[in-house]
Amino acid sequence: MDWQGQKLSEQLMQIMLLAFAVGAFATGYVIGSFQMMMLIYAGGVVLTTLITVPNWPFYNRHQLNWLDLSEAEKHPKPQVQQHISSSSKKKSSKK
Amino acid sequence: MHSFGYRANALLTFAVTILAVMCAMASLSDNFNSPTPSAQVQVLNINWFQKHQDGNDEVSLALNVSANLQSLFTWNTKQVFVFLAIEYETPMNSLNQISLWDGIIPAKEHAKFWIQTSNKYQFVDQGSNLRGKDFNLTLHWHVMPKTGKMFADKIVMSGYRLPQEYR
Repeated sequence: MDWQGQKLSEQLMQIMLLAFAVGAFATGYVIGSFQMMMLIYAGGVVLTTLITVPNWPFYNRHQLNWLDLSEAEKHPKPQVQQHISSSSKKKSSKK
Repeated sequence: MHSFGYRANALLTFAVTILAVMCAMASLSDNFNSPTPSAQVQVLNINWFQKHQDGNDEVSLALNVSANLQSLFTWNTKQVFVFLAIEYETPMNSLNQISLWDGIIPAKEHAKFWIQTSNKYQFVDQGSNLRGKDFNLTLHWHVMPKTGKMFADKIVMSGYRLPQEYR
């Protein structure tokens, strides 16, 4: 799953769960059935799981475009200066 | 959200949090219900009224209890526990309260009822104070919800009196 896909799946998950919760509560309250509220919400959770948890192809539409290797060679990393001689002396003296 | 496990965990956590909020709202919605229950109790007969050897009065009553508790039921009500208590005052206790009958109402359809019964539980006084005693019959109920807060209330019916003599 790419970055855009992760964002999409999280938003989908939150919106779908909230929508099902509101719908389930409203339905249950209007028809006076606590059981119906639970059933609708449980169905909503299952559906949301199926949509947002597996790595579906539509979450992978924005592949990262890595820079070409030649770009890295044009801009070399700054090198860390090393003091090999002094550190080796300390280690040897401790031993 | 980068892996199956993280997405499943996030979904489960959020779903359960919302479920808790829904249950809390369901409990709060009970406050919009303003019930109008009614109850009548008749004392049909005094089966016996005697003094035990240990000096305590005992009475057996034949009762006719009729009540309409349908308005107590909401969509969040599991059942209603109802009991009929006899309440009277004696020099020793400012309130004597004895349960004579109780019942569990499992559904709204059964909440409008009448029952003719002798007292289900023994009615024995602490001492010998019952001759000519005025008493109240009080119908108490506890509304047990599917989730959330339990409600309790009562209807007090007064103006009953026991006879002057044992029989």
